[in-house]
Amino acid sequence: MNAGAIWAIYRFEMARFFRTMTQSFISPVISTSLYFVIFGTAIGSRIEEVDGLSYGAFIVPGLIMLSVIQQAISNGSFGIYFPKFIGTIYELLSAPVNFLEIVAGYVGAAATKALFIGLVILGTAAFFVDLSIAHPVAMIAFLLLTCLSFSLLGFIIGIWAGNFEQLQIVPLLIVTPLVFLGGAFYSLSMLPPIWQTITLFNPVVYLISGFRWAFFDQADLPILLSLFAITGFTAGCLGFVWWIFRTGWRLRD
Amino acid sequence: MTAIVSIKGLRKAYASGMEALKGVDLDIEEGEILALLGPNGAGKTTLISTICGITMPTSGSITVGGHDTLKGYRGARQLIGLVPQEISLEPFETVWSSVSFSRGLFGKRRDDAKIEAILRQLSLWDKRDAKTMELSGGMKRRVLIAKALSHEPRVLFLDEPTAGVDVELRKDMWETVAQLKADGVTIILTTHYIEEAEAIADRVGVISGGRLLLVEEKAALMQRMGRKTLSIELTEPLEEIPDSLGLYDLEFGPDKTSLLYTYDRNAERTGIARLIGDLTEAGIVLSDIATSQSSLEEIFVGLVKEDGA
Repeated sequence: MNAGAIWAIYRFEMARFFRTMTQSFISPVISTSLYFVIFGTAIGSRIEEVDGLSYGAFIVPGLIMLSVIQQAISNGSFGIYFPKFIGTIYELLSAPVNFLEIVAGYVGAAATKALFIGLVILGTAAFFVDLSIAHPVAMIAFLLLTCLSFSLLGFIIGIWAGNFEQLQIVPLLIVTPLVFLGGAFYSLSMLPPIWQTITLFNPVVYLISGFRWAFFDQADLPILLSLFAITGFTAGCLGFVWWIFRTGWRLRD
Repeated sequence: MTAIVSIKGLRKAYASGMEALKGVDLDIEEGEILALLGPNGAGKTTLISTICGITMPTSGSITVGGHDTLKGYRGARQLIGLVPQEISLEPFETVWSSVSFSRGLFGKRRDDAKIEAILRQLSLWDKRDAKTMELSGGMKRRVLIAKALSHEPRVLFLDEPTAGVDVELRKDMWETVAQLKADGVTIILTTHYIEEAEAIADRVGVISGGRLLLVEEKAALMQRMGRKTLSIELTEPLEEIPDSLGLYDLEFGPDKTSLLYTYDRNAERTGIARLIGDLTEAGIVLSDIATSQSSLEEIFVGLVKEDGA
């Protein structure tokens, strides 16, 4: 195994993150604060408790998921798309590295950034609402798995994308709606029965439900099902990346 | 000499159906400088990309240092450094971090002294903390070379290293190549500047239309293919070439004060003695004669034309 290569890629990617540290840090803090001002205080004060929780607290897991998923995808996709765009990908393709090492470097860095953002949001949320975390280990595990799996999805998007527009289109048209409709701001029980069934086809529902369980010990869906869904999703993405490197799809002519 | 790179029956057809390589066989010997000459679109870059792992071969095999480039890609790529034709660098990275990254990517232990030596050799040491986007085109190309050398490769591919580079830098580049050769590095460079191949290569390969037309010692090639020109200076300008000299296929030099006679130096009879006799007979007085050898460029143009015909 070429551990040196993993470390080189990881460090190189993290350096980009640290260069833009201020904006990496400030923008999630501001957007989270806005969500809490609007949903937690302004609108939330007129909403009854959801599942026995104040609305402000109820949305915390969904809010973290929303940002983490967006960040993971954008970091994961940009990390590999940029070398493709500027041509430096030649070096990666001609280096003695296998697909797992490349993925570990790029996806590891993208997931680290997303995790950092997730923790910043968690910290910001603690200023606005009383938070107690029922299952801290499970919470961290869910957060980590989400960072990893969506960074992987981003990595695939970055390899697939042929231009900057395509880089934006999947997150914008597919992922963001799935997250918003995945129960980030409501409980599934609030939906009409037919929509409750339709919603079960949205993979993000399982994530947010599992993550909420880790916080409040209550969930729309069984926790094992959530765990199974996120693990399956990660494995699926990894399998696809393996196929990409085996066939050279969109990477090697 | 043993072959460090061995290519057998290499074909490459792109998805578009374009056949870039139509069966290339080539052995590159350890420690030599091989220049691959060819017009644009001849397949030079495809050949290099396929050896380095950027492009997948359609069929055929390549070994580098005995490692198959597909099955034993780690061993093969470890030995290879690649300087691509296009200048592509992470714009916001410094020279130092960019070159260090390359070393790490190839799994080599961090060695600041080694990186320093490379940067100094390429006159980049003063620029080590500059962002690559702040550098001039020539400096950027040096960074690419530094990156390729950072993991101490045994085989270095230079794809058009001096395209769009000024004369001074080109000479510098040649010196660097000579230095690397002295260190025992095998160098393969593509170029369409014949003078470059002429100046630094040990062997020359000519590629056209996806085929390797020939690979030969530079000196032998020039000798074998070499046409020589005899230029005959006259004391007085001639109005026209006399009919009695028609069979020599003479041409006028500048100002009609000289005659040019082209001959094959390897031919049994060059016809020079007879020509001089006939000139005297025609009453033409010579003031001087000189011979010159055709350059690689003329040989190359002749070969490619022949292939196209």
